[in-house]
Amino acid sequence: MAVCVAVIAKENYPLYIRSTPMENELKFHYMVHTSLDVVDEKISAMGKALVDQRELYLGLLYPTEDYKVYGYVTNSKVKFVMVVDSSNTALRDNEIRSMFRKLHNSYTDVMCNPFYNPGDRIQSRAFDNMVTSMMIQVC
Amino acid sequence: MEAAAGGGCGSGPPLLSESEQQCYSELFARCAGAASGGPGPGHPETSRVASGAATAAAGPVADLFRASQLPAETLHQITELCGAKRVGYFGPTQFYVALKLIAAVQSGLPVRIESIKCELPLPRFMMSKNDGEMRFGNPAELHGSKVQIPYLTTEKNSFKRTDDEEKQQETQSPTMSPFASPPSSPPHYQRVPLSHGYSKLRSSTEQMHPVPYEGRQPLVQPEGPSSGGPGTKPLRHQASLIRSFSVERELQDNSSSYPDEPWRITEEQREYYVNQFRSLQPDPSSFISGSVAKNFFTKSKLSIPELSYIWELSDADCDGALTLPEFCAAFHLIVARKNGYPLPEGLPPTLQPEYLQAAFPKPKWDCALFDSYSESMPTNQQARDLNRMEKTSVKDMADFPVPTQDVTGDDKQALKSTLNEAVPKDVPEDPATPKDSNNLKARPRSRSYSSTSIEEAMKRGEDPPTPPPRPQKSHSRASSLDLNKVFQPSVPATKSGLLPPPPALPPRPCPSQSEQVSEAELPSQLNRAPSQAAESSPAKKDVPHSQPPSKPIRRKFRPENQSAESQEPSTTISGPASGASVKPHPTVQKQSSKQKKAIQTAIRKNKEANAVLARLNSELQQQLKEVHQERIALENQLEQLRPVTVL
Repeated sequence: MAVCVAVIAKENYPLYIRSTPMENELKFHYMVHTSLDVVDEKISAMGKALVDQRELYLGLLYPTEDYKVYGYVTNSKVKFVMVVDSSNTALRDNEIRSMFRKLHNSYTDVMCNPFYNPGDRIQSRAFDNMVTSMMIQVC
Repeated sequence: MEAAAGGGCGSGPPLLSESEQQCYSELFARCAGAASGGPGPGHPETSRVASGAATAAAGPVADLFRASQLPAETLHQITELCGAKRVGYFGPTQFYVALKLIAAVQSGLPVRIESIKCELPLPRFMMSKNDGEMRFGNPAELHGSKVQIPYLTTEKNSFKRTDDEEKQQETQSPTMSPFASPPSSPPHYQRVPLSHGYSKLRSSTEQMHPVPYEGRQPLVQPEGPSSGGPGTKPLRHQASLIRSFSVERELQDNSSSYPDEPWRITEEQREYYVNQFRSLQPDPSSFISGSVAKNFFTKSKLSIPELSYIWELSDADCDGALTLPEFCAAFHLIVARKNGYPLPEGLPPTLQPEYLQAAFPKPKWDCALFDSYSESMPTNQQARDLNRMEKTSVKDMADFPVPTQDVTGDDKQALKSTLNEAVPKDVPEDPATPKDSNNLKARPRSRSYSSTSIEEAMKRGEDPPTPPPRPQKSHSRASSLDLNKVFQPSVPATKSGLLPPPPALPPRPCPSQSEQVSEAELPSQLNRAPSQAAESSPAKKDVPHSQPPSKPIRRKFRPENQSAESQEPSTTISGPASGASVKPHPTVQKQSSKQKKAIQTAIRKNKEANAVLARLNSELQQQLKEVHQERIALENQLEQLRPVTVL
């Protein structure tokens, strides 16, 4: 269902980005990049509050005519950005949330791997498989 | 190169395994037969004989070398190294060295003399003329597979592999050659010692599988996840190899092997894994943390992404820590990877933690339980056995340098200390000890666990070796009561004073019997009640039970002697005096009779102690009644007073 999934590190560089190869991937990269500004906005909006009070799920970041971009941020300022197709019958918010939850869980599993250094690109096959399962319904 | 070649060949021909011996001699015969009359087929192992007795013609040799499918440059190097160029001909020595070098290169090792010092598979020659040659290694392997090769190669090992047991412990082949099923003996586990410098592993294991792959293209039936890939991949990896270590290879399969299941862990492998687990984490039922495991597995010199993937596969619950089955699975995957197997897409069913736990239901725990029950562990014999086991384990793990040696060293020391302390304890336990030592030998993997249980048993001091001490335990608890009893006749009226003060020290069972340091108390006791002196002296022995167990054990025989001696003199003062005098006396001579006496006196003392305690009990009951009555009186007063206050 997702067209593009990206994991952005705290320093705003991508740890993992993958999109369905239908279209020009560069477009998606740009979209994710621009969405980071929105994410930061949202974070700072709640910023004064304690981290606990801040919700992880950011919701719809911004819609374009073709796509909608959703965001999710973890407590360690790792951001998940998901681009979904607008034409797709509107995915309910819950579904997006569950997808982000799955992403977060997989990301945690990746972190648990002692051979993974935080800040490296994510090369875990399990993570890949999970993302594929999320994206596969598009086609 | 030349120097190395000179040096290499000058140092004598390499030791050959029997299979290699056969193979090479036949090849040599074939090559030389064309030229000269052919050398004697059965060259001795050293092959020192007949150096120069026969030569292999250059032509057939060159053909043979070309058939090995190595690049021409490599072949040149090999011929240089083996010394043929130097001496100008291919004598048996040179030929053998060359063949070993070919095998080494085919396994991916660099073309150097050191490469041939380790265990190598037979070189594979792709010759069109006969399948016999292609299978050449196979019959030899088949032969060799029945034989354990005491192939003591070099130097880098710090341990000596003398026993088969040790070899078995060390040599673990994780998987068999993927292509082993067809030609060579199908359950052909090429056992590779996972000796502890993974570099060893690298050098040894990779040799096996790429080699057969090259030679057996038409015969290959890939098994399991292995496919055409591994042949090239490991070569690529192994190009980075630098050192080759002495590696012991058993061409036989010593374990129940499943030719179709390279992912199945054999018994020996599992043993090895468990030992390694223990070296990292003494408690087999808890985890290895991620960082520890990372350091450990990094030694395998696999690439980080691969290790990361292996971790992903094996850490089933993704908790960042490895339990024992997870650890075994991870280890197995690493070993498989080093052997050239591509990593599976998912965890194979035989490596699942549940499967592993079910398949190997922790016999070591059973053994440990048995050990703790038998309590015969702390014997000299077993100390020796265990120490020997520990030594072998230390040797085994010599190449996992720091952690294992430290741990096993510590274990050994701790074990030694506790065992030494426990030595005199087990006269009655001797019949059990051979059994346990056999168990120990049979289950070396459990030894460290059983040793820990020994230590625990020691520390708990639970099972007293001899019955007589045990009753004295109650005696010890009553020791302070004895004091009170001493006071009581003089002050029967006082109530609070009669309450026995809490025992000075928590009574330690049985080993406390040997405590007799409280000579200061003894005289006071003895002065008051001569009849009780005999009782109190052993009682006092029990009091200072807080002393470490070493003391009681050391003095185990002494209290018996002392008690025996103390009974003899009628005077009480002579008791401690005799005790003091007894100690220096050698008591070894009449130990048995003294022990009998000691037992009898102990029985008597116990009876007396019982009587004393019964009396004490009755007195305490009386006190209790009185106190109850007081309480009732006080409550009545309270009741009377209360209405006054309320109003």
